[in-house]
This record gives sequence, structure tokens and C-alpha cells, in this order.
Amino acid sequence: MQQATTDVMATARTIAERWKGAEGPLLPILNALQAELGHVPRETLPVIAETLNLTRAEVYGVVSFYHDYREHPPGRHVLKLCRAEACQAMGGDAVAERLAARLGAGFHETAADGSVTVEPVYCLGLCACAPSAMLDGRVIGRLDEAAIEEIAAEVQR
Amino acid sequence: MTVTVYVPRDSGAKALGADRVADAIGAEIARRGVDARVVRNGSRGLYWLEPMVEVQTANGRVAYGPVRPADVASLFDCGFLAGDQHRLWLGRAEAIPFLQRQTRLTFARCGITDPVSLADYRAHGGLRGLQAALAMTAEEIVATVTESGLRGRGGAGFPTGIKWNTVRETPGAQKYIVCNADEGDSGTFSDRMIMEGDPFVLIEGMAIAGLATGATKGYVYLRSEYPDAAVILDEAMAAARAAGVLGPDILGSGRAFDMEVRIGAGAYVCGEETALLDSLEGKRGQVRAKPPLPAHKGLFGRPTVVNNVISLASVPIILDRGAAFYRDFGMGRSRGTIPIQLAGNVRHGGLFEAAFGMTLGELVDDIGGGTASGRPVKAVQVGGPLGAYFPPALFDTPFDYEAFAAKDGLIGHAGIVVFDDTADMLKQARFAFEFCAVESCGKCTPCRLGSVRGVELLDRLAADVTPQRQLETVTDLCETMKFGSLCALGGFTPYPVMSALTHFPDDFRPRAVPQAAE
Repeated sequence: MQQATTDVMATARTIAERWKGAEGPLLPILNALQAELGHVPRETLPVIAETLNLTRAEVYGVVSFYHDYREHPPGRHVLKLCRAEACQAMGGDAVAERLAARLGAGFHETAADGSVTVEPVYCLGLCACAPSAMLDGRVIGRLDEAAIEEIAAEVQR
Repeated sequence: MTVTVYVPRDSGAKALGADRVADAIGAEIARRGVDARVVRNGSRGLYWLEPMVEVQTANGRVAYGPVRPADVASLFDCGFLAGDQHRLWLGRAEAIPFLQRQTRLTFARCGITDPVSLADYRAHGGLRGLQAALAMTAEEIVATVTESGLRGRGGAGFPTGIKWNTVRETPGAQKYIVCNADEGDSGTFSDRMIMEGDPFVLIEGMAIAGLATGATKGYVYLRSEYPDAAVILDEAMAAARAAGVLGPDILGSGRAFDMEVRIGAGAYVCGEETALLDSLEGKRGQVRAKPPLPAHKGLFGRPTVVNNVISLASVPIILDRGAAFYRDFGMGRSRGTIPIQLAGNVRHGGLFEAAFGMTLGELVDDIGGGTASGRPVKAVQVGGPLGAYFPPALFDTPFDYEAFAAKDGLIGHAGIVVFDDTADMLKQARFAFEFCAVESCGKCTPCRLGSVRGVELLDRLAADVTPQRQLETVTDLCETMKFGSLCALGGFTPYPVMSALTHFPDDFRPRAVPQAAE
């Protein structure tokens, strides 16, 4: 555990140092950190603040503002499911309910077995092939029963 | 001769299996030992036919779609490399009515070229606008854009040339071109399509904006929901830099312009230009009070152009063909073309670029083919989550900034989301408030609190608690939000709410509450 914490801090420091000289470096740092670790651990915020000469409160304020940043690690897979109007018009709400039952996780939840975290997203720009989702960065359109089963099979593998 | 097969790498096509189709075609080419290659193009925007595969033949590009991996072997068996008949044969791509009826100016190359091949871009008329701009003074470039009548395609419709002129006239050692690629409106995907299908046109447009205003640095603020666009933009920028289109010496002119892509972090409000600037600076994406205008004090307090992707991507053709060419399309004060996006419950969903002036009914019924479900159209929401719901009774409204405003709506970023008769407009109105509550930046009270109160009022209405009073309070709340909010998020949420209330009053009447069986 001690080792893991040290690694996390080292990662945060490396990323922060890399972006330090750029204009507006905070979002690129947080994005890179989350890409690396799957979340933005609270304990890394002082390191980032110190590197950028900001207060911890300023950094925390930014982290807590944006929907993308997670404070805790997600499940092994992340499913972003669109909740916006174009997907609603194609039965998106029913698909969300079906997926929640099938995966054992609703919006903002992680399945008990840690297989998947389901996050709401407001539009993936796939509005002409709704309802849509993104599984671990891969886009999926026209979610039907077969696609739901495919998603379930993939996350539970 | 090597036959070229095109399979889109557009994320809409990928969402429908284009990668697997491309792999299957590649494997089949290898297995059969035929002389053919696969090029990953952008999408033509006919999403009901995606993945749409095209083959270059002596008679033009022949299309097939929608292709599934299981269809690939039979396509080869039927001789699709020569453009021969197959169950999925669509004929010449350009002759498909949905494409033939369009006026593709901004999207002229999208779906035709390899999006990251600069040679392809040049061969299809690319960089001519930038070359023309390099031979002009900044004043002349701005005058051309102003005369073209181009207005901001992000939704506000502010004249692009006037904005550019303000930045040009404002002194500053460092000025910026910021491209707003935070395309958060549901039902819109034109920014995504052009960034994935023809990224060079955006790069060229940004470089021209730099020449016109004296800005040497550009940022594309791209939403995190578009990872595929980020990859393609990066590839295209690298190619542009290698060829001297970007960098310290644009096309050997001695003029400098370079750009980078910055990824957002999932906040709808960052599509508002001042919130976007704060986000780029590394802050919470909160809306700034105006004045000062971003043109005077924008990114890091410096003079900044903030333009939508489509506005910038429309500039190269204006510089190439001249202001009059572009201005001659359109109606009234809405000049040129606009890429309209047909989405939601629509039979022929996709991107349709046309001159302003077609009616909403033509677009939904004729071009879109009505609903995908086959049921009657109940409503269409135009302009994203802050746009009004229009009933078929208003389908004679022409697609034009002023005509939509006159009907208490907005064209926004030109997305049209179609709903069939199963839609519950009370639910849609409630969602508008809920969305505003989720995405509010929290800076102004009408938006931050009004959105939450709106949800509560509509819940009470749905539960039949003094319904008349709830309706009166919602109407009053909408007035407050409309006139008291700092930006369009709180200010325009009343559009979907009030349009639903006005045009679909039956959905807001007390409904039979299901009785418990016990």
C-alpha cells in the first residue's frame, strides 16, 4: 500500500512537471492523470497545486467542477451511456433500465463484482444512430437487445 | 491497377461496425490475393446506410450499405470491386438523392477524401483559401468574411467578420484563435463529422483567422466525448506541420501560425465561450460577465477570436471562391449554407448541408423520411437541449435565424431531433430543467436554483398537486430565467419548457394516476 501511494505521487509529479510550462496546464494534467490511473486521487492534489503554484482549494475546485473526474477508481470497464434527447427519442431510457438490470449497475454506480462502472453522458455525437454508448472509449450505436448482450458479455468476461 | 475501397473511420460509422467491416475487407483482399487497398475516409453523413462502403470504379464511386462484416465475402463474390450489383448496391454515391439534393460547401470533401492525407486535401481544392488569404491584407480578409454574410454557426449567429475585425483592431502582443469544439448539443454532430472527415479544412480556417487578426496561436477546445476526433486532428496537425501549412512560416510566407488541441472534461457549459476560456486557462468552467468581450480580453486576458468549428471550416471556401459566391446562397440575413443534422427518431438520419431557407417540414418529412419507428411525428426539437420543441403545425417555418426566432425558437447549431407520438412532453420539459441543473456552472442564481425549482414544479404538476398554480409558477420562473441568467444555459432552458407547454398543453393536464391493486 505504501508502495502504491508512492507510485501514485510519483506519477502525479511527473505529469505535473511535464505540463508545468504550458499555457493553462491544469486540465491537461488532470486528464493525463485520470487516463493513467483511472481516477484523480485526492492525495495527488497537493502535489499538483505545489507544482503549478496554486492553492489546494483551487485545484480541488477544478477537479470537483468537471463531470469526468472520478475521485475513486472505476470498475474494470467504464460504460458511458447517453441520456440526451436524441437517444431518449429512440428509447434510451428503456435501454438504460435494461442495462442497469443486466450489468447490476445504474448511473453513477459500479457493479458489486467490480466489472463495470456506468456513467451518464449527455451526447456522444452519435445522434443519428441512437441510442448510443461508449465502452472503454469504443463507440456503440443503435443499442438493441443484441448490443446490450454483447456489452454484458464483454464486461463480465 | 489497384482498386481503392473506402470504409469510413468516422465514429458514427464505427459505432455501427465500420472497423470490423474494414478488417473483414482487408482480410478478404489478402485471402483472394486481389489488387485492392482500403482507405479510411470520413462519413458522407448518411447514417442509416452506415457503414457505407464505396469502391472507386471507372464510372465513379459506387456505394454499398449498410455493410455488416458477414456481407463482405458475398460482396467480393458479386464483383463489388468492379462496382457490380449486390443486395446492398446503392449505385453511384453522388447520385443518392440525399446527397444529390445537398449544397456541400463546408462539407465538400467530407466522406470523399482520406481525412489525414494532405495530398488528397490539395487534390480536392484544399489550401486555395489560405493561399488567397496570404496574398491579401488582414483588412481585406476580414472584409471578405464580413461581405460573405457568414454568421456564427455555434448558435448565436453573430457576424464572424465583425468579431474578427474587433480582434484585428485590438492591440496585443499575443492574440489567439480559439475553436469551440465543445459540441454538447444533443442532436448535433457536424463538428465531429468535419473534424473526423476533413480536419484540414478546420486547420486552414484557423490559419486564415490568424492571418486576418494577427493571432499566431490557436487552440481547439475539444470535448472529451470525442476521442476519435482528437486522434484524427492530431494526425492532421502533424501532417500540416510537416508540410509547412502550420508553423513559423506558413506556405513559405514568413507568417506564423500554430495550434494545439485541448481536451475538456465533460461540462456542457464549457460550450459557452467565456466558460470555455476559463476552462482553457485551467479553471472551473464558469461563465464570465460581459463586457469585456473575449475579442478585447479573452484567453489570458488577451484579444481572442472564439468561433465554432463550422464557422471556421466555412472560411476557406469563402476565401477561395469569394464573398459573393457564398452570400448568394441562403435567405434574408442568413447567408450561405448550414449543415443540418437530422437525428433521434428519424428514418434517414444524417447530415444535410443546404442553403438556408428550406422549411422544417421539408427537412423532417421529405429529407428525413419521417420517423424511424414509422409512427407519426409528434415534435421536433431544433437547436439542442436549449432549443424549442416544434409541432408539425409549425413545419412551414423556414430554416433561418430570424424565422425561428419569430416562432419563439432558435436554430442553434442546426440539430433537429425527431420524436414520434409516444413522446411525453411533460417529461421532455422536466428533462430540460434537470439537464440545466446538472450542467449549471453555478455562477448565477436563476440558472443554479431555477433549474432545480423547475424540476420540482413539474413533478408536482405531474402528481396533480394544484396544477394550475404550478403552471403559473413555471411560466413565471421561465421569465426570470430567460431575463435574469448570465448565459444561454439558464437563459434558453425556458425555450424547450415553454414550447412544450404552449404547443402540447394536453401533456400537462392532470392524468389518471394508476391506482394500487391492493
